[in-house]
Amino acid sequence: MNMNRRRIFTTAAALACVAALAACSKKSTPNLEAGNTAIPGSEQDFTVNVGDRVFFAEDQSTLSPEAQETLRRQAQWLQKYPAVTVQVEGHADERGTREYNIALSARRATAAREFLIAQGVAASRISSIAYGKERPAALCDAEQCWSQNRRAVTVITGGAKTS
Amino acid sequence: MHNAQPMISMFFRLRSIALALAVLAIAGLSGAAQAQTEIDITGGRIDPLPIAIAPFLAGGGAEEPASTISTVIANDLGRSGYFAPIDPQTFIEQITSFEQMPGFASWRQIQAKALVTGQVFDEGGKLRVEFRLWDVNTAQQLAAQQFTASPKNARRIGHMIADIIYKAMTGIDGYFDTRVVFVSEQGPKDKRIKTLVIMDQDGFNVRPLSDGSDLVLTPRFSPSTNEITYMSFGKGDPRVYLMNIDTRQREIVGEFPNMSFAPRFSPDGQRVIMSLQDGGNANIFELDLRSRQLRQLTNVPAINTAPSYSPDGSQITFESDRGGTQQIYVMGADGSNQNRISFGDGRYSTPVWSPDGSYIAFTKQGGGKFAIGVMKPDGSGERILTEGYHNEGPTWAPNSRVIMFFRDTQGESGGPQLWSVDITGYNEQRVPVEGFGSDPAWSPKLN
Repeated sequence: MNMNRRRIFTTAAALACVAALAACSKKSTPNLEAGNTAIPGSEQDFTVNVGDRVFFAEDQSTLSPEAQETLRRQAQWLQKYPAVTVQVEGHADERGTREYNIALSARRATAAREFLIAQGVAASRISSIAYGKERPAALCDAEQCWSQNRRAVTVITGGAKTS
Repeated sequence: MHNAQPMISMFFRLRSIALALAVLAIAGLSGAAQAQTEIDITGGRIDPLPIAIAPFLAGGGAEEPASTISTVIANDLGRSGYFAPIDPQTFIEQITSFEQMPGFASWRQIQAKALVTGQVFDEGGKLRVEFRLWDVNTAQQLAAQQFTASPKNARRIGHMIADIIYKAMTGIDGYFDTRVVFVSEQGPKDKRIKTLVIMDQDGFNVRPLSDGSDLVLTPRFSPSTNEITYMSFGKGDPRVYLMNIDTRQREIVGEFPNMSFAPRFSPDGQRVIMSLQDGGNANIFELDLRSRQLRQLTNVPAINTAPSYSPDGSQITFESDRGGTQQIYVMGADGSNQNRISFGDGRYSTPVWSPDGSYIAFTKQGGGKFAIGVMKPDGSGERILTEGYHNEGPTWAPNSRVIMFFRDTQGESGGPQLWSVDITGYNEQRVPVEGFGSDPAWSPKLN
């Protein structure tokens, strides 16, 4: 249940980025207005102020400079809150075949996870899972959605502040 | 590894519990003969053979199963594309006795090339079913058989009769007495509930094998037809499972450090080949189900997946992006001689060896389209059978003449549905199942 609610929330945050003329993905400074309501160290703080996801080009698992910046922020945040554990979810868009997309999404999750580890986050704090094309975030039959779905999402699995 | 040993041996012990069914050849009215009216299926488009299926006669209150069996035969033969069942409304002669010679002139008059007659008796809770297949032009009996079975197996008897007729007229084994396991999909795309489902090949007798609580993908049949292997997201890493269809018992196929996926049985059912993920790479491994010994077959820093054995078990086809994009490869069953066989434009994936060994079916992506095609195991003779927005995941009928796959459609109400296509590329048909379905796996022949 908790998982579902979190997913709905993160999807909403991602859509808010799209609405703000892609400002979220361009600017490295997080959205401070939304941040004012988030408890530091909470899931919301991480999702809104740090950014929980990075995006990939078609059939690629290379981390773009923007993705690297997001992951650096994630690593900093994770070092600030050492009790937090995360799972990196790899995802692919629907324009691929099932088995390959599972492996491709694992590759993306691995790329993001290894980057976080290289930034100093303990490997034991980061698990990963590959969802293939099974859990799209944006639903339409066009590149504007597919590009949102080729992603690695860092999901907090424990240790976040709730008050 | 793990103490699943007792369960595994149970999987081997529980062979399919044969339905109580006796099959007898019955004496012909004029002696069996070779078919003279044969369907030539060597060329491209097939002219379907006009066939009259006389409503089966009923005795002992067997009207319902009699009607079911006649309908199943007509549907099976019609959907194959090789037969054109004639509308019973146009029949001139009404068959009233199974033992009498039909009046062939009247069947010739309505252009029937073949005629099927039959009768069904309910003998105290058991069905006795008899049928005859006639060559209308030569007035000769081509096939005849008697079945005894429980009334709940009426549809199955119909499929078995359709198989006999198909074989008699085409010279090729039928595929109607088979089942399909697939993934039934419900709910919105971002929270799809996926359930393993089994049904008869014609879309009837749909029943669930899983409860939808875990995400399940890519079911594949064992040669024994009562087991499947598939991928499931349970707790922790997604893993390959085995399930006994009769008992619904399931088990994890092995405890590996990372995700396991894309499983398929060996032709003898003793091994499962699958991909094991290791960081950003996936390689193909073989697991011996008895000894639980694991053997690595590919060792390339790339995505190597979707393996499928040749029917003699000596080779494996798979997809790999080791050359930059997804392409189809063939190797020895021990991992030797890994050679790329697909060289056309686009990305090739999900290779599946045909049961007769002559083709490899695949999914091909290019130009924003997804096609289903076939090529010979040496990569020559590529043919696209169907192409569109999204076609994926071919599976072969046991006679290697028909391929089932899933087709996804665009739009908010879009979703995957099961389709079939003849190996010639003609006779595309939607499999009549309600709702969305994907990842079909065609069973071997049941009998």
